[in-house]
Amino acid sequence: MTMIFGVPMAALMGQLLIGLINGSFYALLSLGLAVIFGLLRVINFAHGAQYMLGAFVALLLLTWTGVNYWIALILAPLIVGTFGALVERTMLSRLYKLDHLYGLLFTFGLALTIEGTFRYFFGSSGQPYPTPPALAGGVNLGFMFLPIYRGWVIVASLAVCIAVWLLIEKTKLGSYLRAATENPVLVQSFGVNVPLLLTLTYALGASLAAFAGVLAAPIYQVSPLMGTNIIIVVFAVVVVGGMGSILGAIVTGYLLGIAEGLTKVFYPEASNTVIFVIMAIVLILRPAGLFGKDV
Amino acid sequence: MSHSDATAAPAPAAVQGATRIKAVILLAMLGFLLLVPMFLYPIFLMKILCFALFAAGFNLLLGYTGLLSFGHAAFFGGGAYFTAHAVKVWGLSPELGILVGVIGAAGLGLIMGLIAIRRQGIYFAMITLALSQMFFFFCLQAAFTNGEDGIQSVPRGIFLGVLDLSNQINMYYFVLGVFLLGILAIWRIINSPFGMILKSIRENEARATSLGYTVARYKLAAFVMSAAIAGLAGSVKSLVFQFATLTDVAWQMSGEVILMTLLGGIGTLIGPVIGAGLVVTLQNYLATSPLPVTVITGVVFMVCVLLFRRGLVGEFYASRIGRRLGFKSDS
Repeated sequence: MTMIFGVPMAALMGQLLIGLINGSFYALLSLGLAVIFGLLRVINFAHGAQYMLGAFVALLLLTWTGVNYWIALILAPLIVGTFGALVERTMLSRLYKLDHLYGLLFTFGLALTIEGTFRYFFGSSGQPYPTPPALAGGVNLGFMFLPIYRGWVIVASLAVCIAVWLLIEKTKLGSYLRAATENPVLVQSFGVNVPLLLTLTYALGASLAAFAGVLAAPIYQVSPLMGTNIIIVVFAVVVVGGMGSILGAIVTGYLLGIAEGLTKVFYPEASNTVIFVIMAIVLILRPAGLFGKDV
Repeated sequence: MSHSDATAAPAPAAVQGATRIKAVILLAMLGFLLLVPMFLYPIFLMKILCFALFAAGFNLLLGYTGLLSFGHAAFFGGGAYFTAHAVKVWGLSPELGILVGVIGAAGLGLIMGLIAIRRQGIYFAMITLALSQMFFFFCLQAAFTNGEDGIQSVPRGIFLGVLDLSNQINMYYFVLGVFLLGILAIWRIINSPFGMILKSIRENEARATSLGYTVARYKLAAFVMSAAIAGLAGSVKSLVFQFATLTDVAWQMSGEVILMTLLGGIGTLIGPVIGAGLVVTLQNYLATSPLPVTVITGVVFMVCVLLFRRGLVGEFYASRIGRRLGFKSDS
């Protein structure tokens, strides 16, 4: 068997793949957080809960109405996005004028409520979601075996990340969004409906989380607690990348996922903490984050 | 006295009234705390006292320095682990064990503080959360914490070689003593010149800097003090329940202490104590119900943030009655 740095090649590639998949989720989630934070200045603590909601909506659509994976991949983000828009309109929008910390605390309470409610109805244990038949099986790449679904996750998340980046950087709507990030009052005075823009942005962030949730459903078990642990890691990712740039959030997500996977190969004990350690080091050397502009 | 007088600026008589009312309330509460173990289950009361001290220490940072830490569980649970280990494995007396817990928590606070104060506001909250999660994983894997099992059957020992703490009533008065000392320390800190500087940083950090204060150093000092008090609360809790587990270092605990402080009143001395009492009582009642406690705490969180951000005590101070009695909303 081929060895690289004293580690079997298959093991190394396997962990790299897992790292890349985790990185796909980190990228999607930190992208959503960054989009919301950019305009609303709210750290969306409920992001993990919305990720969980996406997975659950897909599962319930399948078991109650028989809606398949591909439709759920569109429908679940729409449903969770609508829910996010309602929350933003009725409650979150009242907090914009206050200290930004209240937005964090509010969404923290929202996350606790959603997760507690799902635990009440579905219990804490995970429920399996079947891999869609079209993506079952795997291919032998010679040096490793690649399950097709995992390959799909990487491709799909990359495609969505690039699409969102293009939406924000290259379209007219995106230019309104970026302008409103710089100076909401001025943009509103030009006749742009900024409150609507804020609602749409929060809905977009929430649906990105839900999309990640549907992608995650066949890999991880669908459980009410699936979002709580990942969200803290994503916070660390966001701190490392710096909130300043959309692209930064995406790139950092993938990089840290891979770093985590590599740590699992070479020093498994630290695999849980490596992202936090990297965060601490980045903060000491470059407090604004790798891609951040503000100090 | 006319109504407009009372709203504009409280007359000296009213201020004196507020001081007098506060003194009466304090005495009444002290009497209550001394007598209450005759009516209520001491363990439950000790739990409230521990959490009240934890929340009051947390409030030193949030309420008086304006820093929202989302990682105070690390200090609370860390203090619990250090004390439990010192008492059980090293065989130290309870007072030395608590000292180990407090010093350990303060050291942890120093390290986390040094990293976290490099950023402000929301970033500070996220960084403290991430660092405490790192400490959680450390506790999960380190040998001395026994992982998922935690440190169990921790002996309470004999305080100063005189007071046998295995007696429930003795333990209660011991915890009450620690609690009162802790509150006194916080009161002393916030009313000292140092505390005034902390408040000036809370109100306007840039101006405090322009006045020549090394803001970072003051923030760090406040962070370490707050961590030490949280560690003290955790140390005592590990002796009360005779175990230290991962629950105390988990991030949910950091959320709970924020809730207690928010519910009672950020930036009031008595608010976090009342908030802790309410939250612990609520958890006690809901412990047997099938509904997860987090549903209720989550809703309380949202209601607090949306409707009464000053908390129960803060809203009372700011209400018409409170103002007429001469309370200031930020006292």
